[in-house]
Amino acid sequence: MKEIAIVGYQQSDAVSDAGACNEVELIIPVISKVYDQVGIKNAQDVDFVCSGSCDYLQGAAFAFVMGVDALGAVPPIKESHVEMDAAWALYESMLKIRMGHADSALIYGFGKSSPGELPIVLSQQLDPYYLAPQWVDTISLAAMQARLMLDKGLISEQDMAEVVSRSRRNALNNPHAQLAGDVSVQDVLAQETYVSPLRKADICPVSDGASAMVICTVEKAKEWGLPYAVISGIDHCIETHNPGMRDLTDSVSTRKAAENAGVHNGAVDVAELYAPFSHQEIILARALGLGDATSVNPSGGVLAGNLMMASGLSRIGEVFNRIVSGEAQRGVAHATSGPCLQHNLVTVIEQAKEAA
Amino acid sequence: MSEQTTENTDVITGIEAPIYLKYNFTAGAAPARFLTQVKEGVLTGQRCPQCAQVYVPPRGSCAACGVPTEEEVVLSDKATVQSFTIVSIPIPGNSIEPPFVVANLVPDGANISFIHLMSECDNADVHIGQRVQGVWKPQEEWGYSMDNIRYFKPLDEPDVPVEKIGKIPVEGWEG
Repeated sequence: MKEIAIVGYQQSDAVSDAGACNEVELIIPVISKVYDQVGIKNAQDVDFVCSGSCDYLQGAAFAFVMGVDALGAVPPIKESHVEMDAAWALYESMLKIRMGHADSALIYGFGKSSPGELPIVLSQQLDPYYLAPQWVDTISLAAMQARLMLDKGLISEQDMAEVVSRSRRNALNNPHAQLAGDVSVQDVLAQETYVSPLRKADICPVSDGASAMVICTVEKAKEWGLPYAVISGIDHCIETHNPGMRDLTDSVSTRKAAENAGVHNGAVDVAELYAPFSHQEIILARALGLGDATSVNPSGGVLAGNLMMASGLSRIGEVFNRIVSGEAQRGVAHATSGPCLQHNLVTVIEQAKEAA
Repeated sequence: MSEQTTENTDVITGIEAPIYLKYNFTAGAAPARFLTQVKEGVLTGQRCPQCAQVYVPPRGSCAACGVPTEEEVVLSDKATVQSFTIVSIPIPGNSIEPPFVVANLVPDGANISFIHLMSECDNADVHIGQRVQGVWKPQEEWGYSMDNIRYFKPLDEPDVPVEKIGKIPVEGWEG
């Protein structure tokens, strides 16, 4: 089986309101940067393009098609889209390469969440039928999850505040972060609750932005002469969409995906976890079996800025950056979709063998 | 047991779950620029720095080359029919009485068509290559909308041959 390498990754700043920008205007700056990083001219220079976005965010049907205006699809290109985070666009691109239909792929994700009311937009997007009449939003669902964990003694509010404090401090080194600062656990606990037991700081901000990545076969990476990291494992699992039928205090799907992706086949130096709520980072770290030797969310994670439909890809990109810089040798990236960590994708990224 | 349950249960074929989501929609920087000019009664496009095609309304990129467009170009409200259809059935929510003509029109100075209405013409005479000009609403009714042009009406100019449609300069068409 062909080994697949990541050779380029770029992300825009996470901003609370990207202003007048449309989809194309969000995408072009970030894909231009990834072209420059990889040394290609445009989407014609890769074999496959796949994007992740969600029309519900813009509130416009087929908004994702507008994104293709950023690519230069004349002559026609092989292109696909997932109505999901672009981490799943990476998954599709890997299948394309593994099947021998492509040697390289451009992946991008973009989201302008600021125009709508994101918590209700997201819950209506994924369940417009059964829970829709209750008008339940993603923050309330996550709050119920946190309440279950607190009442069962699985976490404390102090634990949640520690996640927030570490995120804010780590984000000081992330130039794209929206929220960063020297925030202590006491500072967090001093905040009043917003949707009990969650404080505003426990909840990721609403952000606009995009990210992009180029992957290819290891042979192609060598041909291009680029530093690269190898994707040694990837898998995703989904749980039922009915929150009442799930154990919300655990992430069974993450644990299963991690086993299938081979997370435990070596040391994990760094982990970037898509935890939109502080308590979910704890659930994920436990499901992935991460210990003290692993640096969790050194970028600050999505509590520092949450680019809907791009942040999952960004987690993979953040791990890639740390492996290529030599900061880490092996890392795990996690992406999520759906309420209360319903659907989870786990990727293992390793240093190129030649470099080891 | 299962039979009993069925007997005592109404057959439910639907539920009502009305969804109202409010969005603060933004058209984008390039379309916003276009709409601002339309409000002043001027049609503008943007030129691709690579292939030189002029897009109207501009979206901020050249879809063919995948590069940002920045150069703004003022266009004419004279245009050429690239394609058209005659709508004979009423469309819900549309106040226009059928039959009416909807056409793809390329304004002079641009290379890409937009869709608008045609009127002041015999529907049977509408044809590809026909020259038309916008009929504007009174200035006090202008807003951020292509509706500022009520419709396009035929011009007494020679037809544009098919291969030249989309290639007419802003100065116009002499035939």
